[in-house]
Amino acid sequence: MPWTKVYVDKSEFEKAAQLQKEGLRGLTFREALKEATAQMMEKDDRVFVMGEGVDDPGGIFGSTQGLHKKFGKERVMDLPIAENGMTGVAIGAAMAGMRPIFVHMRMDFLPMCMDQIVNHAAKWCYMTGGRTNVPLVIRSIIGKGWGSAAQHSQALQALFMHIPGLKVVMPSTPYDVKGLMVSSIQDGNPVMFIEHRWLYEQIGHVPEEIYTVPIGKGIVRKQGKDVTVVAVSNMVYEAMKAVQPLEAEGIDVEVIDPRTIKPLDEDLIIESVKKTGRLVIVDIGWKTCGVSAEIAAVVAEKAFKYLKAPVKRVTLPDVPTPNSPVLEDAYYFDYKRIVSSVKEMFREV
Amino acid sequence: MVRFERTINMPEKILESFNVKHLSILDEKGDTDESLMPSLSDTDIKMMYELLVLSRTFDHQALNLQREGRIGSYAPILGQEASQIGSAFALEKTDWIFPSFREIGVYITMGYPLHMLFQYWSGDERGVKTPEELNIFPVCVPVGTQVPHAAGAAMAIKYKNKRKAVAAYFGDGGTSEGDFHEGMNMAGVFKLPVVFICQNNHWAISVPREKQTASKTIAQKAFAYGFEGIQVDGNDIFAVYKATKDALDKAKKGEGPTLIECFTYRMSDHTTSDDASRYRFKEELEAWKPKDPILRLRLFMEKKGLWTGQYQKEVEGRAKEAVDEAVKKEEAIEHPEPKDMFTFTFEKLTQRQTKQIRDFQ
Ligand SMILES: Cc1ncc(C[n+]2csc(CCOP(=O)(O)OP(=O)(O)O)c2C)c(N)n1
Ligand SMILES: [Mg+2]
Repeated sequence: MPWTKVYVDKSEFEKAAQLQKEGLRGLTFREALKEATAQMMEKDDRVFVMGEGVDDPGGIFGSTQGLHKKFGKERVMDLPIAENGMTGVAIGAAMAGMRPIFVHMRMDFLPMCMDQIVNHAAKWCYMTGGRTNVPLVIRSIIGKGWGSAAQHSQALQALFMHIPGLKVVMPSTPYDVKGLMVSSIQDGNPVMFIEHRWLYEQIGHVPEEIYTVPIGKGIVRKQGKDVTVVAVSNMVYEAMKAVQPLEAEGIDVEVIDPRTIKPLDEDLIIESVKKTGRLVIVDIGWKTCGVSAEIAAVVAEKAFKYLKAPVKRVTLPDVPTPNSPVLEDAYYFDYKRIVSSVKEMFREV
Repeated sequence: MVRFERTINMPEKILESFNVKHLSILDEKGDTDESLMPSLSDTDIKMMYELLVLSRTFDHQALNLQREGRIGSYAPILGQEASQIGSAFALEKTDWIFPSFREIGVYITMGYPLHMLFQYWSGDERGVKTPEELNIFPVCVPVGTQVPHAAGAAMAIKYKNKRKAVAAYFGDGGTSEGDFHEGMNMAGVFKLPVVFICQNNHWAISVPREKQTASKTIAQKAFAYGFEGIQVDGNDIFAVYKATKDALDKAKKGEGPTLIECFTYRMSDHTTSDDASRYRFKEELEAWKPKDPILRLRLFMEKKGLWTGQYQKEVEGRAKEAVDEAVKKEEAIEHPEPKDMFTFTFEKLTQRQTKQIRDFQ
C-alpha cells in the first residue's frame, strides 16, 4: 500500500510515484498536518486553533501557515504567553462544546501546563461520570539541533503516557499525521499530539479527502523474521535506514511503528516478538521510565517465554540535552546506533 | 403600614485611585531636565557611554559571528542598551540579578567576562557558569519563569537581614505569564527587596504589545499587587538609572518592591532565527531611530564638553579591541568532553551514572 510505506527521502517517493500509474499525491508532513486541520475546520465549525505564534508568517514551522487568513483570527488565535492559563481556557472551551487544537511550538512549554493537563483535562470525564468530557488536541513539537538545549528540545512523551485519561500519539509519516489529526479532533478525550521537528520535510502519499487513522493501532513498516525493532516518531526513519546494513549481516529486521504510544498496540508488538524472539526499542526520549521501559515491560509480561535474548533499548542517556555541539553529537544517535545494538544482540547470544 | 420617613443618598465611594507616572530626563536632542537629574559624576557618565558603545559593539560582532556560523542563535539588544545599562549601573556587585535571555547589556555592565558571553551564545553552557564574584543568574529561556525566582532570592535576603536587593528582568511578553503575577504578588505581600524591571520593547516575537495586555501601561500592574509601578523612557539612560536607583534604595530600606517599565523598542529581529520584516511595519522602526539611546547621550555629552570626535574614536577602538580579544579567547577554549554531561547532571555522580558513563564511552 503506498500510504503504509515510509519514504526515507524524496527521491524514493518520486521513484514510487513514477511506478504508480494512477499517480501518488505527495505531500510533506507539514502540508498533510495543515490540510487535516483546514479540512476539519471547514467541516466542523467547533474546531479552532490556538497557540503562541499560530498566525505568525512562519506559522509553526509552516503547519498553520496562512490558516488565519482563511478562517479569521477568531478561529486561528494567537495568544498572550501564558501556557497553563491558556490550557485552562482550552479546557473550558472544550467542555462548552468546542474542539480546540492548542499548539505549542516546543514541547518544553508543556511542563508549564501540567496542572491543567494532568489535574483537569485528563480527569473531568472520569470525575463527572462521563457527563463532561474534554475533547482537546494538544500539539507539541520536539526539537533538536544547535541551541535547542536543555529547555528547548525535550521529548517528554513518557510523562503523558503515565497519566490515565490522556491519549498520546506520535505520527511519523505524512499519511498518518493527517489521519491521526482527524481522529484526534474527533476523539472525545484529550489527545497529546507529538511531532518531531525533523519530520516536517518528510514526504509521502496523502489522499485528498478526509480519512482517519485509528488511535491505538500500530503498523508493521517492514516485515522480518529475526528481530523486532519498535521505533517511535522520527526513529522510524532511522530504523528503516538500519534495515539494509543489517540485511548485509544476514539479519532480517521487522520494523514496527506504534504511531500511538498510548493506548499502545500491544498485540502487534507481542505477535511480532513471538515470531522473531528478539526486541529492540528505539525512542527519542530518556531511558528511565521512558516509552521503551513500558514496551519492554509489556513484552516481559506477555511474551517472556518467546524471548531468545534480553530486550535492548536504544534511547537518550539520562541527562539533560546538552547545548554544546560536541556534547550534542555524543548525546543524539542515528541508525548506526540501531545497527550496532542489533548486531551486539546477536553477538551476545 | 410602613412609611419611609426619608430617603438617603449612598453614592459609590472611591476607595483607591492611582496615577501612573512616566519619567524622562534626557530628550532626543540631548537636553535634560536638571531638576530631575540624578547625581552622576562626569566619570560615571563617561563610563555609561563607554558601556553603551561596548554593548553595541558586542551585539554587532555577535550578529556577524552568527552569520558566519560561528555562534548558534543570538538575541540582540539593539535599541535597548539604555534600559539595560542604565538599570544595571544602579546595581551593586552584591545585589542579585535574574535576567531573561536578552540582557547582555546587564551582564556587560556587571563586568561579566565577554568571552564567556560568546561562549554561551556559541552553544557552550559553561559560559553561564557565573564567576564567583558575581551574583548574576544564568540566562532564563522559559519566558517569565525567573520572576518568582527573584522573589525567592529577595525572601532569602530579607530572612538573612542583608542590605541587598534583587533585580528581575523580563520582557513585555513575560508579563502575561502566571509566574510574573504570582512572583509580583508574593513580593508585595511580603514587602520583599526586589525591583522588577520590564523591558517593554513592544514585541514578543511577532506579538505586539497591545495583543499581550489590554492595560494601557505595564507599570500599572504593580498597583494591583500593592506597590508602586513607574514607566520610564527606556531610551533615556538617566531616567532608567534614576528610577532603578530610587527603587533599589527603597528596597534596601525595607520599603518593598517596585515595578519599572522601560519603554523602549526592539530595533532588531527577535533572534537571529527571526525576520521581523515579515510582521511589522518599516515606518514603526523608522520612527524609533531618532530616539536612539546612544545618540542622545552623545549629544548631551557634546554639549557638556565631555565628547569629542577623538574620544569617540578611542572609545570605539577600546570596545572593538575588547570584543575581538574575547572572541579569540573564546575560540581557544577546549571543547567539553562527552562525559561532562553526566558530571553535572547532579552535584555528585550517582552510582548508576558512573556505570552509564562507562557504557557510553
Ligand atoms: C514559557 C515560554 N513560552 C514561550 C516561549 C517562546 N518564546 C521565546 S521568547 C518569546 C517572546 C518573549 O517576549 P518578551 O517577554 O516581550 O521578551 P523579548 O523577546 O521581547 O525580549 C516567546 C514567546 C518561551 N521561551 N517560553
Ligand atoms: Mg518584548
